[in-house]
Amino acid sequence: MTESIKDSVKAFVIENFLFGDTSQNLADIDSLIENGVIDSTGVLELVAFIEDRYGVTVADADIVPANLDSLDRIAAFIAAKTATKAAA
Amino acid sequence: MCGFDGYFGDVRHGRALLERMTAAIAHRGPDEHGVFTAKGIGLGHARLSIVGLGDGQQPMSDQSGTLTIAFNGEIFNYVELREQLRAKGRRFRTSSDTEVILHLYDEMGEDCVSLLNGDFAFAIYDGRRRQLMLARDRMGVRPLFYVRHGGALYFASEVKALLEVPGVEAELDPRALDQIFTLWAPIAPRTAFRDIYELEPASLMIVKDGGATTTRSYWSLTYPDRDAPPRYTDEREAAEQLRALLTEATRLRMRADVPVGSYLSGGLDSSVISALAAPMAPEGLRTFSVTFDSAEHDESAFQNEMAQALGTRHSTVNCGDGDIAAVFPEVIRFTERPILRTAPAPLYKLSGLVRQQGLKVVLTGEGADEVFAGYDIFKESRVRRFCGRQPGSRIRPHLFRKLYPYLPGLQQQSAEYLASFFGAGNVPLDDPLFSHRPRLNGTAATKLFFSAELREQLAGFDAAEELASRLPAAFARWHPLHQAQYLEARFLLPGYILSSQGDRMAMAHGIEGRFPFLDHGLVEFAASLPPEMKLKGLVEKHILREATKDILPRAIGRRTKQPYRAPDSQSFVGRNAADYVEAAMGEQQLRAGGLFDPRAVSKLHQKCSARPTGGFRDNAAFVGILSTQLWLQSFTGARRRQSDAA
Repeated sequence: MTESIKDSVKAFVIENFLFGDTSQNLADIDSLIENGVIDSTGVLELVAFIEDRYGVTVADADIVPANLDSLDRIAAFIAAKTATKAAA
Repeated sequence: MCGFDGYFGDVRHGRALLERMTAAIAHRGPDEHGVFTAKGIGLGHARLSIVGLGDGQQPMSDQSGTLTIAFNGEIFNYVELREQLRAKGRRFRTSSDTEVILHLYDEMGEDCVSLLNGDFAFAIYDGRRRQLMLARDRMGVRPLFYVRHGGALYFASEVKALLEVPGVEAELDPRALDQIFTLWAPIAPRTAFRDIYELEPASLMIVKDGGATTTRSYWSLTYPDRDAPPRYTDEREAAEQLRALLTEATRLRMRADVPVGSYLSGGLDSSVISALAAPMAPEGLRTFSVTFDSAEHDESAFQNEMAQALGTRHSTVNCGDGDIAAVFPEVIRFTERPILRTAPAPLYKLSGLVRQQGLKVVLTGEGADEVFAGYDIFKESRVRRFCGRQPGSRIRPHLFRKLYPYLPGLQQQSAEYLASFFGAGNVPLDDPLFSHRPRLNGTAATKLFFSAELREQLAGFDAAEELASRLPAAFARWHPLHQAQYLEARFLLPGYILSSQGDRMAMAHGIEGRFPFLDHGLVEFAASLPPEMKLKGLVEKHILREATKDILPRAIGRRTKQPYRAPDSQSFVGRNAADYVEAAMGEQQLRAGGLFDPRAVSKLHQKCSARPTGGFRDNAAFVGILSTQLWLQSFTGARRRQSDAA
């Protein structure tokens, strides 16, 4: 489950922030900010993608680097969110 | 104010070449033109008559005929210098400032530049010494480019004149492009054109017969050591002195044999200058502003308030849908370099308005942000240092929100993200580029669109490292605010603000801009002030506000800095889409240029079309790529077509 989420997040990041450029070899644990992949507007684009794609609501308090600053963190965050939603 | 060109060395058909070179920059001087040739030397001049209307023709020779000058700009203290020279027995044939430079050179040689208060670039041919001197003003207001070709030196106010020299071809310097996509401008002497150079601000070049060349700086921007006792401790005294210096700088810049107007942006700086100039304008001051359709860019309410308060005759030009796209190719023909913002385009329209209204000279508030610490980047740097002292603080990063109230993307972020975006705690405090590192990193992200071939050519080159290598030894001893001010005033000011947004946009319509805040006496005074008098807490230009609060409406005097911006990618998509944009960003032209990855650019174009108000990186990349493609068409394409036709 997490792997397929990560794959689709990675595809979104590469398409939307790297414009198809795979030469950066972005690792799953790499910081999106420190690697210049994402800026302040990009974070909001990422949040919109997560909400649209996974049908979850991302609260303001959730928009922190601990949840969203690497592919691993994003995938884990989405997995937890969707699990909470399914349990509700 | 004018344009000039010339050569030094053996050149065939020199007079005809000068005619072509001068015609290429005729927009800088539509009133007259002239050419001087002698063995091994040629000078051309296009004149905009402002001082000495009837007798200031150029190139101008002295009475002996051994010294000849071609000069672009103004010497604001020429009246005082002329009196001093007369007292020494010098006799003048004209009422121009040009002749003052000639006499001063005759008296002092190349050291004459130290007495000049002005915005200038000039060439003096000295027939006795068989040498040429090129010189440029301290802050880099007036441009001067040169190229060596076939054993001769060619020089001109704009590169397009140099491209008239047979055999000189326009080719993009990849390192210049890297610098633009990192620092916003190439670092002089580098220009966007490979093998064509720019004389640095505050520099002079002496070329001897035979080509031996020496270049040296005759002035430098410097700040006191951080630990040195402050020269000023009494704020009121400093404010009074500032007011006196700024008033005098404005008075000198009102000198002209034609009416002088003023730009009015609605912000503090141009309002101060207009307020000081208004009582000095014998027939009443005329003011000029750009208005925008989009509310986020428009400042017309403040412009109107100021114009009414001063009783000026106010004129405006609007920048609406499609206007930026309509003029952008012309704008790039004049900037002569790729740019990352569209901000020059409205200024191109504004100078057109001034010309249409019959004026040739305007004062502007440019320079105040560099000299008195007005830019947000100075505050940002201070907050980053504050956060860096306690990494992990959840409270301190909230201060970043205070800095950019006009950027909604930032306002919505958590403290953790704010700290991450600004690299708070990540950039070593002793990094000489500490103040600018987030901006440099954010801008360099635009290089994502560089093609594989271009990346290969640039392997091992680091634009920021080159910038750091150009810093003076004393830099490390300066206060962090002064270090940041130096980076702005020494590099971005001449490389972008005074060039792409300044001289080039004004001279495109034959308009001379004058900048009281860049009077070198005022610049030196401001540099000597303690940092807290300029940036007090997070209030920018504090001492300037104190010094001028009695001449401004309260709302303007207390206004927080609103950076001058214009719509970027949204100017070229949707209902503003233009055929030339589609072509320039299309696969065929991108492949022909070889600089950008067509697939990535196509995705960027789609993204900006779908979401035209995107973030900084996407907007800067879009404008940077489009302007580079237009640059290629304008300079390399035109040259190719000319040679094909020949």
